[in-house]
Amino acid sequence: MRPFTYERAEDAAGAAKAAAEAPGAKFLAGGTNLLDLMKLEIERPTHLIDVGRLPLGQIEPTAEGGLRIGAMATNSAAASDRHVRTLYPLLSHALVSGASAQLRNKATIGGNLMQRTRCGYFYDPAKPCNKREPGAGCSALEGDARGNAIFGASDACVATHSSDMAVALSALEAKVETVTPGGSTRTIALDDLHRLPGDRPEVETDLAVGELITAVLLPPPPAGRQEYRKVRDRASYAGGLFSLALAGDRLAMGAVALKPWRARKAEAALAAGASAAEAVAAELETAQATGRNTFKITLARRVMTDALGGTLEGATVR
Amino acid sequence: MSSITDYALPNPINQNRQGIIGRAVDRYEGPLKVSGTAPYAYEVKTPSPAAYGVMVGAAIGCGLVTAVDDVAAKAAPGVKLVWHIFDQPPGQGEAGAKSYVQGQAAADPVFVNPKVRYFGHPVALVVADTFENANAAAALVQVSYEEDAEAEYMFEPADARPTEQDQDSSVGEFEHAFGEAPIQLDEVYSTPIQNHCQMEPCATTAWWEDDKVVVHTSVQMLKGPQHLLAETLQIHRSNVHLMSLYVGGGFGGKGSSYEDMALAALASRSLAQPVKIALTRQQMFNATVHRPATVQRVRLGATPDGRLTALSLMAATHCARNAPFIERAAAFSRALYAAPHRLTGHRLKLLDIAVASAMRAPGEASGMMSLEAAMDELADRLGLDPIELRIRNEPDKHPESGQPYSARQLIECMQSGAESFGWSKRNPKPGQVRDGRWLVGMGMAAAIRGNFLLPAKASLKIDAEGTVRLQQGMTDIGTGSYTILAQIAAETMGVPLEKVIVEIGDSGFAPAPGSGGQFGAASAGSGALAGGMALRAKLTEMATADPASPIFGAAPEAVEFRDGLIAVENRSETLAALVSRLSPQGVEAEGSSAPAPDIRQFASYSHGAQFAEVGVDLVTGEVRLRRMLGVFACGRILNAKTAKSQITGGMIWGVGTALTETNRVDPRYGSLVSQDLGTYLAPVHADIANLDAYFLPEVDDKANPLGIKGVGEAGICGAGAAVANAVYNACGARVRDYPLTPERVLAAMGVG
Repeated sequence: MRPFTYERAEDAAGAAKAAAEAPGAKFLAGGTNLLDLMKLEIERPTHLIDVGRLPLGQIEPTAEGGLRIGAMATNSAAASDRHVRTLYPLLSHALVSGASAQLRNKATIGGNLMQRTRCGYFYDPAKPCNKREPGAGCSALEGDARGNAIFGASDACVATHSSDMAVALSALEAKVETVTPGGSTRTIALDDLHRLPGDRPEVETDLAVGELITAVLLPPPPAGRQEYRKVRDRASYAGGLFSLALAGDRLAMGAVALKPWRARKAEAALAAGASAAEAVAAELETAQATGRNTFKITLARRVMTDALGGTLEGATVR
Repeated sequence: MSSITDYALPNPINQNRQGIIGRAVDRYEGPLKVSGTAPYAYEVKTPSPAAYGVMVGAAIGCGLVTAVDDVAAKAAPGVKLVWHIFDQPPGQGEAGAKSYVQGQAAADPVFVNPKVRYFGHPVALVVADTFENANAAAALVQVSYEEDAEAEYMFEPADARPTEQDQDSSVGEFEHAFGEAPIQLDEVYSTPIQNHCQMEPCATTAWWEDDKVVVHTSVQMLKGPQHLLAETLQIHRSNVHLMSLYVGGGFGGKGSSYEDMALAALASRSLAQPVKIALTRQQMFNATVHRPATVQRVRLGATPDGRLTALSLMAATHCARNAPFIERAAAFSRALYAAPHRLTGHRLKLLDIAVASAMRAPGEASGMMSLEAAMDELADRLGLDPIELRIRNEPDKHPESGQPYSARQLIECMQSGAESFGWSKRNPKPGQVRDGRWLVGMGMAAAIRGNFLLPAKASLKIDAEGTVRLQQGMTDIGTGSYTILAQIAAETMGVPLEKVIVEIGDSGFAPAPGSGGQFGAASAGSGALAGGMALRAKLTEMATADPASPIFGAAPEAVEFRDGLIAVENRSETLAALVSRLSPQGVEAEGSSAPAPDIRQFASYSHGAQFAEVGVDLVTGEVRLRRMLGVFACGRILNAKTAKSQITGGMIWGVGTALTETNRVDPRYGSLVSQDLGTYLAPVHADIANLDAYFLPEVDDKANPLGIKGVGEAGICGAGAAVANAVYNACGARVRDYPLTPERVLAAMGVG
């Protein structure tokens, strides 16, 4: 860990301004990801602005019939909130399927969105990674590829986004509220927050330097059922191999791309009267795999087809 | 003891007058551990402020260090010292030097060879005033390498070769008998590289007191590291005071010491200040040891009624080029089932990756994943219940050596477990039981693990208050050694547990072999009994010769130790009274135990049976354990609580072996891909549902004077195979490559 300076933010706008003015500054909230990365020298901030004590933890209904979740609400608090559980059970399920109870007690909603990929090569400073060192190359591309993305990857980066919550928020068409260094407020659709890697995988979101997430805004819950399914190697404390968020007629996938992957092609096909199998096939047409991660396409096909009530190949035992 | 028959003679342990032996006694050191006050090696308080060392690992898998730029690191804040091949630690013995012929280890100097033998191999050390400064400066050390283009990182089983040190075992004419067998099963199974994942990383705190070095380090055995350090530091071994008071998990991975130990001692000598060095979690994966991968071919020839006529297990494995080690995956199969024609053996491939070494139940843990799955496949093929197949092949003596078994209740374990688990409800046809989206199945496997006894000494001292202090160069790696030694000392001396103090983990104490190979309790415990008997003899002699004693003149064989008294019939005095009268400074005695010369008359194994019920998600291929039961026969149980904890802990390892645990080598770098606990997937609480175990009553009075056998490793044996067999029963997927990940299960189910 490198030496750094530390300040405790007084208010959100001040934090954003301070972050924009101090090169190498990072926001610190729960610290469940940032501090690990600092210990491994993957993150090397020279200045930490602690926003964890800002009064941004409220979870309250909005006038439009939705919900506003403060960015500093912990994952546990949001998952157990009465409004979340009754109106957005999908979100509650996604939250509790992430990390471990100890981490959820500490991690914030804003931090969850800003967590960095769990790609093993990103975590290993001895190996090239374009996210850590732009231009160094991607070791995961030809490496142990089981976790690699099947959508939207590039030669520069094949990592996936690791948040379960964000997948649920994508299907719920959430928006993110921020404060800019200039002190103004803006809202960004969740689907526009994270970027695909392209040739700049080190740029992960559309946030400006210093811009701070203050809340997640949920529109009124969609009609119909909500469901979160996560496939993983062990029953807890494991990143998803594939996940699916279903909210009414909206679908989003996790662990398949460097951002939550809204399945708009499948949604459109279903809206046009396609069968479950046809809709899933339409969505997976552009999926790309390289051997060890081919099973993600299989999982995507099976989990989505099953969730949409389609018939599964091999569901009866031979 | 001069003969194995002596083990069955009455002694304080098998008489168990106070009933302390076998009781579920809480951990002796439990309160210290749960309150965070048990000092592990890195946490030991130093006599003066410590400096902190951080090791730099090689960033290549194989080659030479050609240059080191340490300018920036040396100039970094707080840095006191930087060492590497071009600026070596002074005063080290030459590699392999051994001034003490009977020593257990030779000098192993650090940074004297430019050769990088594996990825992460330590190539530099930075010591600074704080851990943070040392860590930051370590990142500034620039090392240049020349990579070895001939390096071999990947295990190809076809390249594995026979070795001189490990001969095949052949009985009868296997190939012919197998070829003639009416039923033939010929399958290949693989197990991956696995890591120990101890909670406490390897770590050392060292300081010097004049010409003597005090070293607290985290190891399973004390003598080897003590001798290695003496030779490396070029000092007499009596000047190495090595301590391992508490060890946060060993599992075989701390059977040897690592560079942290010598470097801490060397840096402390150079800086004249205490030094602490710990390995990082990443270094624990890449720069210590692992269980190597295996590829195992099992061939079983049988008659239609399920009698094995031919049995073969040939296992290919790998190890580091300069550190010979064989994961003897086939060895257990020589003792498990009867078959007239047999062929078992190992093939080895040398690689340029990290050192392969012992991990909990080395051999069995890998090997039982193949044979016990193959037996399940054979039972399925024959239409026989898997337990019935095993009963039909139960040997009446060791099938290869011809030795009788010291005690063997394998069939009893299977039958008792079947009853308790509800095995009769299992539908032998796969895929018949549904619970929502889950396909549910049951599986079982046998468990067997060798039992060993090594020489050990112990010293016991009683003071004027009647408090007994046991001192022994034993370790407790989380198993319960402290606790069972207290029980043995209390029962031997006839005093309550509260009157016993146990001090272990110190190289200055009477030597014991340490913890490993599930020989710890038997070996150290027998030494403790011997030490207690020596003390009893001394006290008896004192009392019977003292006219002031109520038992003056009594025959020594009539003297009893009970309730804190030394007694003959109704004449007695307290031990405290005796000691305070005759030897107020206390009475001490040392005893030693060694295997009886004729101990090999019998074949000694711990046995068990594993039962598992799993659910397989028919959409995703995910496997989740629903319940599990292990039934074991491991001789007398010293402590019902710690023994069960050992056994269930082993079973959980087996669940991980079957379902999640794997590491892989990156062919480009020679490094292990998973290097933290977030990506190397050992089971978590949520994976372990309703897991239980119990022991059948047994006394193995041919194993050692305590009548016990090892429990530390028996639990893992067969556990993973039982889970894999349950997966087959649940969904019809027979996956022979471990672990059983969702993609493998789906593929075996015919989808994907």
